[in-house]
Amino acid sequence: MTTLSPGRQWPAEGVARVPYWVYSDRDLFDEEQERVFRGPTWNFLCLDAELPKPNTYRTSAVGAMPVVVTRDNEGKLNAFENRCAHRGSLLCINERGEARDIVCVYHNWSYDLAGNLTAVAFRKGMGGKGGMPADARPDENPPRKLKVETLCGLVFGTLDQNAVPLETYLGPEIVKGIRRVMRAPVRVLGGYSQMLQSNWKLYMENVKDSYHASLLHTFFTTFRLNRLTQKGGLVISESGGNHISYSLAADTGGKEYEQAGMRAAQEGFGLEAPQVLNHVDEYGDGVGLQILSVFPTFVLQQTRNSLAVRRLVTHGLEKTELVWTIFGFADDDESMTERRLQQANLIGPAGYISMEDGAAPGFVQRGVNTAADILSVVEMGGRGIKSDDTRVTEASVRGFWTFYRSQMGL
Amino acid sequence: MDVATTFKVQELQARYVQALDDDRLEDWPNFFIDACRYVVTTADNLAQGMPLGMIYATSRAMLRDRVRSLRDANVYEAQRYRHMIAPPVIEAGEAGVVHAKTSFMVVRIMHSGEAMMFVTGRYDDRILLEGPEAPRFVEKTVVLDSRVIDTLLAIPI
Repeated sequence: MTTLSPGRQWPAEGVARVPYWVYSDRDLFDEEQERVFRGPTWNFLCLDAELPKPNTYRTSAVGAMPVVVTRDNEGKLNAFENRCAHRGSLLCINERGEARDIVCVYHNWSYDLAGNLTAVAFRKGMGGKGGMPADARPDENPPRKLKVETLCGLVFGTLDQNAVPLETYLGPEIVKGIRRVMRAPVRVLGGYSQMLQSNWKLYMENVKDSYHASLLHTFFTTFRLNRLTQKGGLVISESGGNHISYSLAADTGGKEYEQAGMRAAQEGFGLEAPQVLNHVDEYGDGVGLQILSVFPTFVLQQTRNSLAVRRLVTHGLEKTELVWTIFGFADDDESMTERRLQQANLIGPAGYISMEDGAAPGFVQRGVNTAADILSVVEMGGRGIKSDDTRVTEASVRGFWTFYRSQMGL
Repeated sequence: MDVATTFKVQELQARYVQALDDDRLEDWPNFFIDACRYVVTTADNLAQGMPLGMIYATSRAMLRDRVRSLRDANVYEAQRYRHMIAPPVIEAGEAGVVHAKTSFMVVRIMHSGEAMMFVTGRYDDRILLEGPEAPRFVEKTVVLDSRVIDTLLAIPI
């Protein structure tokens, strides 16, 4: 395999080792933008429900690249690079809005909602003076267009027109997991972002690492929301890049935690107001937690009745924005909406069971910045990337690296 | 608003932020009535009419749960806040209750000594000023100007 990073070679042990330079190599970050984000991957852009009407837009990102997503007059979704063909200015400077065409603020060049240049201001000059030469090609370097596909209200885009179809990319198990959660038309309840002081891959590893959940998040364990002894498992797509980690709502576990004397198991800890955990089995399958990820940076989360999509914007080597959108369904009644809002206390930057995930990637980043040539041992659950009926495994982390290496040629 | 009311509201706000900045989290729920509402949200969510909160509490018991979780369950680096609050704009509400809007800035100081401008925003408060329980917050909506939180939000605002 060729590698663009001179002197960088993956350890001979394969994905059971992760070299720490992957989090601190500046050249590698730039290569990822090209090979991963602008390569044949499908990137989550937004929810269909965020563009409820024709002639609306919202901005998003693919890796570090700013992107505009539009719904045109016919209701069709489009996505293109948020960069004017002229001087490269952002076309849309607002997060969302209504528009029949997109007009660059800098020199008023206009585009239709599919991202085609339609007009150049003063192209023929004024009063016979100025303007562009007759043979000029103002759209020589237009904003790059994304191929867009939607699955159950989730809008994905790819910059590689030859990418495999979205459902092929996801794999049948992941498609099934998405269909399960996205059972009806969506109602967005709100959103927020967390700025993570770490490389994007550290957050995605955290998402895929089912081993840490009950150890780092002691709220989870204390209230028996999620113990590794609870019935559940891990599903990994054939490519390795996508995963589902799930557990049943009922605790069927034993005393392993207590016997180990772990911090997680504090006796006599109860909630005065347990409505934050008041779960209704809306899917009728007993699954209380389903975390689903799609390479490179998408997460679909069901924590009880709290539903969210998360995506990453890679602002820099060690600066990553985690964008949360929390939603319910259009057919939710008032009490279901209130339940989702109560359970949203579990997630987000102040979430009882997720606040640590904002910090843990930063802890690793700070730990490994001066350890570029040292390797992390990732051997929980063996060295492979097989699905399993246990979550005491790092198989989906190895799956992430398997797919990452194939995209990066590393 | 009359001077006496203004003084009472300012005094409550000052004591509230002092309790948080002094790490007296156990005192924090006592600034609220039992059937209170405490929501931390963003200006953007509010502008879109979206009800989501980062913290969404509908009783004082839920505030006490949060304190216990912060003390006993959640893992976060040692940190302090320093709140700066502006004079409140106060309007009369229903019997014994006033509405107050108070701008704030919060600097977060990490154990490492690193300090950053953490959040800015305004408190939209309904404050009970009469009766044996008074003064206490009936409702406190913390409206953050930005939708972005650095790393995590552990200590309440």
